[in-house]
Amino acid sequence: MLERLRMSSTDELFADVPRDVRKKLDIGAGMPEMDVVDKITRTLGRNVTASDMPCFMGMGSYRHYVPAAVDHITGMSEFYTSYTPYQPEISQGMLRSLFEYQSIVCELTGMDAANSSMYDISTALGEAALMCGRMNKGRTFLIPEALSRERSSVLKNYLIGSGIKISRYGFDRGTGSLLLSEISSAVKKDNVCGVYAEMPNLFGCLDRNVASVKQTIGDIPLVIGVNPMCMPIVRPPGDMGADIAIGEGQPLGTRMGFGSPLLGMFACRQEHIRKMPGRIVGMTQDSKGDTAFCLTLQTREQHIRRSSATSNICTNEALTAVAAAVYAAAMGADGMIDIAKKNMERSKTLMTMLSKIKGIEIVFDNVHFNEFPIRLSKDVSEVSSELLERGVMGGVPLKGHVKGMDDCMLIATTEMHSDADHRKLAKALREVL
Amino acid sequence: MYVQTKARTKLITDAEATRVPETDIPEELRRRFLNIPNLPESEVIRHYTRLASMNFGVDNGPYPLGSCTMKYNPKYADRVSSLQKFTDVHPYQDESTTQGILEIMYDMERKLASIAGMDSVTLQPAAGAHGEFTAMLMVKAYHKKNGGERDEVIIPDSAHGTNPASAAMVGYKVIEIPSAKDGSVNVDALKAAISPRTAAFMLTNPNTLGIFDRNIKEIAKIVHDAGALMYYDGANLNAIMGVTTPGDMDFDIVHFNVHKTFAAPHGGGGPGSGPVGVKKELAQYLPSPIIKKTKNGYSLRDNGKLSIGKVRAFYGNVNVILRGYAYILRMGSEGLREATVRAVLNSNYLKELIKDVYDVPYGSLKKHEFVASAARLKKEKGVRALDVAKRMIDFGIHPPTIYFPMLVDESMMFEPTEDCSAEDLDRMADVLIQIANEDPKTVLGAPYNSSVSRVDETKAAKDSVFSTRYLRKKRQ
Repeated sequence: MLERLRMSSTDELFADVPRDVRKKLDIGAGMPEMDVVDKITRTLGRNVTASDMPCFMGMGSYRHYVPAAVDHITGMSEFYTSYTPYQPEISQGMLRSLFEYQSIVCELTGMDAANSSMYDISTALGEAALMCGRMNKGRTFLIPEALSRERSSVLKNYLIGSGIKISRYGFDRGTGSLLLSEISSAVKKDNVCGVYAEMPNLFGCLDRNVASVKQTIGDIPLVIGVNPMCMPIVRPPGDMGADIAIGEGQPLGTRMGFGSPLLGMFACRQEHIRKMPGRIVGMTQDSKGDTAFCLTLQTREQHIRRSSATSNICTNEALTAVAAAVYAAAMGADGMIDIAKKNMERSKTLMTMLSKIKGIEIVFDNVHFNEFPIRLSKDVSEVSSELLERGVMGGVPLKGHVKGMDDCMLIATTEMHSDADHRKLAKALREVL
Repeated sequence: MYVQTKARTKLITDAEATRVPETDIPEELRRRFLNIPNLPESEVIRHYTRLASMNFGVDNGPYPLGSCTMKYNPKYADRVSSLQKFTDVHPYQDESTTQGILEIMYDMERKLASIAGMDSVTLQPAAGAHGEFTAMLMVKAYHKKNGGERDEVIIPDSAHGTNPASAAMVGYKVIEIPSAKDGSVNVDALKAAISPRTAAFMLTNPNTLGIFDRNIKEIAKIVHDAGALMYYDGANLNAIMGVTTPGDMDFDIVHFNVHKTFAAPHGGGGPGSGPVGVKKELAQYLPSPIIKKTKNGYSLRDNGKLSIGKVRAFYGNVNVILRGYAYILRMGSEGLREATVRAVLNSNYLKELIKDVYDVPYGSLKKHEFVASAARLKKEKGVRALDVAKRMIDFGIHPPTIYFPMLVDESMMFEPTEDCSAEDLDRMADVLIQIANEDPKTVLGAPYNSSVSRVDETKAAKDSVFSTRYLRKKRQ
């Protein structure tokens, strides 16, 4: 090959790199495959997993069962070693799977169109706020006081160049439900471009007040963020007047993985499609008139519109979206409804069990999905350490997420938690408190 | 599922929807119907297996897609990223239970810093463009701290589209400068554009034309003298590993694409991973949390008041980081350099084989990719870059990136990665030359061997359907 290039050594390939910027690598010698696998396996072996001891953490990352079919399909290298499907003729598999994912998202959220994914719900929230800013001239985005710090911080960064300010509305300290009165006064006071609410909310409450937000805010765009796991049995955002629905899709067929990968679901009403960020798969025809799929409405995107694009997003979470589509296909409506019911039942059962323990107060009188906060009579971080000593990983401390709840812990349970796991937590808490 | 093609067109209708049974949920929050089909697992597997056969990945054949570094994704990386000791860990677990993964993340940060000549690294950004966005947030925080009212970012016209889009998202005005005649940075244009309002200059070196900019030190000096920062788009890092580093070229910030340079798969569009490396002056602006090594082990810490905060929930696409880490361990210093040398050799070799048929402007020495033009073919036979690309599909070769960069008419951007053999490249060249000599009618009608014929992308944009729900509404 060098001969063909009339070169005598590969050094000549780099003749254009000046001497004063040359630098050799210094990251050590390579290793045989066996040693690489052995080293990483041993290092990871130092982790304690949720199968080693029950873990009651949620707040955006949940431990659900992943059907074997999901691993099998996402493990097919025709899917996972392909690039973004720019050439539709050899990407029909991915395009069609992503179209199905978009269809699932639309069915679950009651929306007309979805994009083929964003990084996670926190960046989807940032993008949704920016999209609201494109839909009207308001310059305040209204969010719940009860929002995880991850989501608040990411949102703040996404809005940095937009001139949109963040304002917050509170929640009822007895039920955990959002305060419609505070939303109502905020939209009267400020020039609001959009309102965000969650279903379930940070506390796991299936908050009935979310259904009344649209009546309160009128024409102002409503963004509802969901946990898709509860959607099979909960009224979808589209039915509650939402203009944009977002969600964290990790529960649908993806493991916790130390918070990775995540899946930002993003959907909207028909009339807003051209303002939507991200890649969208559309259904069309090939030259013979057969149904085919391709990326569409690309003039919104960075590779065409550059600095005027609706977003800078390029690579997204496509394979995680396929996992969600396969999850829904493998479970079917019946399976998804059953799992949703089971998750409700689990939180109710555990809540009842913990409510009988001295030193624990169930914070909210409400219907919960997956998770619920408890107030502890002892310091939360101390309790966490003592639970760990007893072979249980407790819930997520609410300190740093919601003001005035430093003495609370958010306990999550799913269909993966057995009665024995519940009893183990209860026993440990009884001993600690 | 949902939409069956050809004769068996079948849609889910409301009539087939499953009725949702009663639950404890308050009346106003209850769902009545769910439109998701109940299928036996065998049907689901057959459906997706058939779809997989309609998709082309790196494992199916050569994938010289410019700017995307579609190198082979080694299988040992899949194995380690699916270990239960990783997948079954919650991100908020106590540090004493996550020492293994924290150690790997810490070591990966050190390795990436070394590869790029930087001091500190964050693994949080989920993709390359997300890394650019993170870097621009840090640029903004840096100037805010240093009292500069800077509102402009300068970008060459050959830059990836994500560069101007990311700068704009942070609120910067984008100043695009034309390239010099040889395709490199036009130093005079840069001098004319730069001012006390300039926050940063975004550049990739080599650039999207595959040209290494020899004036890089001079460029960096111009930018630094104006008080602005040098940003390195790491999409082209595969061209320089073991030869030079962005740090030694005087860049201040760089993003990496673990899913390009470090062999993690693209997943059909993601998940990716876009870590960002910085020189020490910028470390205080990195996103929180940062990983510290202490005598008691590894610890996640808030990065203090100047930190930009968070750009994604938790710590990044650690599943992708693990794959890249395995690749870096396997390759070592010599292996990574060898990958770069081989990639650059392959690119120059392919260019040499096709340059008489497809013009390859902007000098003869390329780095890991080059841009050819189908302009002559279009003029003589009416065959465009798009047609050449579609015809390549019939020969089992993934098309190059087309119509980018915009500097070249009818552009085709080839990046034959290091795992292409000489035989692969000879065949690729033979195919390209054959297409140029074929009856234009044949080329215009391509592809013939794919699961669908040429797709009508205009119809999709004009007469769009984005979901089955949308389709149902439309048909009503």
